[in-house]
Amino acid sequence: METVLISPAKAFFLFIPTIVFSVLIPIIGASLFTYIIAKRLAPLVKSKSDPRFDNLYERFINLLKIGIGQYRQPRYMMAGVLHIIIFAGFMILSIRSMSLVIIGISENFVFPGLYGIVGTTYNLLKDVIATGVLAACIAAIIRRGVFKPERYSVPKKYGKDHTAEAVFVLLLISTLMLSEMSFEASLLAANAQKGIQSHEIIIPGTGVWFLKNYLSDCPIKCLQSIHLVAYYIHDIVFFFFLCFLPMGKHFHVITSLPNVFFGRTKKGTIKPVSYDVDEDKIDQLESFGVKKFEDFTWKQILDFYSCADCGRCSDNCPANAVGRPLSPRFISIKGREYAFSHYPLQGKFLKSEPLIGTVYSEDEIWSCTTCGACEEECPIMIEYINKIVDLRRGMVDDGLVPQSLQKPLKALENRGNPYGKVEKKRADWAKEKNFVKEYKVKLLDQGDTADVLYFVDSITSYDDKIQSIGRSTAKVLTACGIDFGVLGPAEADSGNEVRRFGEEMLFQDLRNRNTEAILEAKVKKIVTADPHALNALKNDYKGLPPVEHISEVVAKAISDGKLKLKDVEDENKVYTYHDPCYLGRHNTIYDAPRNAIDAIPKLKRVEMSLKCKDRSFCCGGGGLMLFYEPHEETRMGVLRVKMANKAGANVIVTACPFCMVNIEDAIKTSGLEGKMEVIDFAELIERHIIK
Amino acid sequence: MEILVCVKRVPDTAENEIKINSDGTDIERDDLVYSVNEWDNYAVEEAIQIRDRVGGAVTVATIGDKDSEEILRREMAMGADKGILISDDAFEGSDGKGISKILAAEVKKGKYDLILTGAQADDGAGQIGGMLAAILDLPYASIVNKIETVDSKKIKVGREVEGGNQEMNEIEMPCVLSIQTGINEPRYVGIRGIRKVASIEIPVHKAKDLGVDAASVGAAGAKVKRVDYFVPPAGKGADIIEGSAEEKADKLIELLKAKGGIK
Repeated sequence: METVLISPAKAFFLFIPTIVFSVLIPIIGASLFTYIIAKRLAPLVKSKSDPRFDNLYERFINLLKIGIGQYRQPRYMMAGVLHIIIFAGFMILSIRSMSLVIIGISENFVFPGLYGIVGTTYNLLKDVIATGVLAACIAAIIRRGVFKPERYSVPKKYGKDHTAEAVFVLLLISTLMLSEMSFEASLLAANAQKGIQSHEIIIPGTGVWFLKNYLSDCPIKCLQSIHLVAYYIHDIVFFFFLCFLPMGKHFHVITSLPNVFFGRTKKGTIKPVSYDVDEDKIDQLESFGVKKFEDFTWKQILDFYSCADCGRCSDNCPANAVGRPLSPRFISIKGREYAFSHYPLQGKFLKSEPLIGTVYSEDEIWSCTTCGACEEECPIMIEYINKIVDLRRGMVDDGLVPQSLQKPLKALENRGNPYGKVEKKRADWAKEKNFVKEYKVKLLDQGDTADVLYFVDSITSYDDKIQSIGRSTAKVLTACGIDFGVLGPAEADSGNEVRRFGEEMLFQDLRNRNTEAILEAKVKKIVTADPHALNALKNDYKGLPPVEHISEVVAKAISDGKLKLKDVEDENKVYTYHDPCYLGRHNTIYDAPRNAIDAIPKLKRVEMSLKCKDRSFCCGGGGLMLFYEPHEETRMGVLRVKMANKAGANVIVTACPFCMVNIEDAIKTSGLEGKMEVIDFAELIERHIIK
Repeated sequence: MEILVCVKRVPDTAENEIKINSDGTDIERDDLVYSVNEWDNYAVEEAIQIRDRVGGAVTVATIGDKDSEEILRREMAMGADKGILISDDAFEGSDGKGISKILAAEVKKGKYDLILTGAQADDGAGQIGGMLAAILDLPYASIVNKIETVDSKKIKVGREVEGGNQEMNEIEMPCVLSIQTGINEPRYVGIRGIRKVASIEIPVHKAKDLGVDAASVGAAGAKVKRVDYFVPPAGKGADIIEGSAEEKADKLIELLKAKGGIK
């Protein structure tokens, strides 16, 4: 190609052929980058194993949808769109940047495949996207530097503000865009001055177009300088940026796609204590859970590296919202800082030290309700619950359990429920005098048989106020024409929270007792009204008959015409449905309860629009969380009740006994007593059955 | 420092429905779950913490039948180095003095710097620590809520004085201390911890091993005998404060002030 300007591959600077720089810069840059990455891989090599090559189909789908498709980004519209533009720029312009590196050595280099029409199209596209990226960077700088969205702020206890790093990187990206444009525009301007018809088409309005016009009267000598200087600025910044990425939150540019690919593919589950030892042999393990950094799995460390500091997890974390000492974002950032400081780029790796009490605090780790809002939100699928559970396993193993949790745990060990109530009274909820006149609940541990097992779980079995949910569930099941029974004293706590609070051995004990009792009952299906039990039986247990939540049973019975509902009791009331975490996020049951509620004629229902379905806000947590005494400024339930009130509702329908307890309390403490009420899903349906 | 902690297996009041048996002499003991007496658990935790600070060993001992072994294992899972089960049919029915005599004989078999008991038991009378010290002729501090190690001869112990004040006393070792709850935060013991110590041999000491005269302990030697056991009739009901929220709050504050709850 005939050009007016001398290319970097042929130019001289102070009698030195610039090709020397074109060769040296990539060699130095790539070597340094390789060295840094090797150092960064060190903790991963020393970490615990975690096989992540299963479910490849789901993994590729996640990679395409959540990774490359940036599916979760627009959940925060402004930041999401800016990110999508910059991300698209990285994907498209990486080819251009690599080509440029080689053009500095061989001036006529064309990236393989980009010949003819494909090449022309690519060039058009890259001009447009580079302009877009530049605009997005400027917008992002203004956003971070001037408007400073709250979720990026760094509370004092977590160290210094991160704005400077963010702005610095945006400036680097802008420099890359501008230097690429200048390199191109100077050449086009020079060619135009000499009347050489360029093959290239440039789209009006792009950065290159503006620069070319701006430079059209510039002397050739000046254009030649711009051409070369722009080239080497691009070259140096490109390799500087590459080596700068693994120094902080921009590591995600490299790690996030692998992180998405290796992300969790199954919801509602908890990782085993060890992937290397069979479950029946874990008793022999020297230590349980995560106590030191190297106890994390490689994937957990990759999570730390990948965190982009976007703050979406903490923005949705109910524990953070009520002022508990937990902010998921800093679980990642503190983990990364530990890795960087203990595995430095220069010098010896530091000695491992216990994480609890240094990096993480006990209260921080107990503050999590495992609601899953953080994981649902993370654009790059960072996992938090498994880390929290692993850290808790470590604390449980060392005896570091708050006094408030020790009693319920011991009661679970002795009596199979956290309240320490005697086993033989487990089915006493069904003996209430009005209920017993009309209904007889079969006891499957005493020789009765039934098609369906109603798994009641501890709170519904024993809590005076919650037992009515059990009776309503039984009435609804009867109305649906389902032949069911309960395990009675043979039932033990499902152990959903026991496992999530890190007491794995106790969980296994409870699970084994229940599994045996359930299989002995020879039922075809299990139904429960407790989402925590649903989650445990469905995701933590193995080899059981299918498990359904009562809302699924009701929704089906309504659509099959087996269950008919009458007009709503009070037409003036406005209902809203609160998604329990373990029904919604962890088991994706969003529609069944809504469809069933909407089947009550004349019932008026509103959504807590921004905080419903997979963005539902935890009520305060279930199971053992009811016993935990956190340090907090307000209660999650109080915030939730206010959200419902703001949405214009005066009745909150929930489908979980723990939500019921928390929200009922919160209505009292938020001063909305008399204005707001809460009702359980099963109770609402039961009140509207046409017999 | 060599530390002996005397522990007791008691029905767990939080996890049982306590009912009086038909002849009114005891509670229904079928279907009960037992655990280590709460005060004793604090004593063991304190002993472990002292050992971790200054070295030595912690031994836990209990008087009881074979079932009492489970609480020894729980305390060993917590970190106690050794367990001793003191068990003999002759010990059954001992009164406080009998129990103290047996424990004193056990103490004499070893060489302990510190002997700890709980300040009281869920089902006890809070008498063992004092009697044990008297029988052994050792200095005694009761209801201890703070321990500071000084040197190999003496330690400092704290006691809460009515009204929330704190008193510190220096006491020479060997000595007997009865430990109050709240002195520390006992660590959690899970199933895994107990399984880890499941195979450790626990020695059983009988009356003849300790040189205790069987006739002076047990039901035969008891000078204090329980003659009745009942649930007292419910007293007058609670006062319900009436009025608006503000009035209720004012009245409550007034009452709390009047009864010395707040100053």
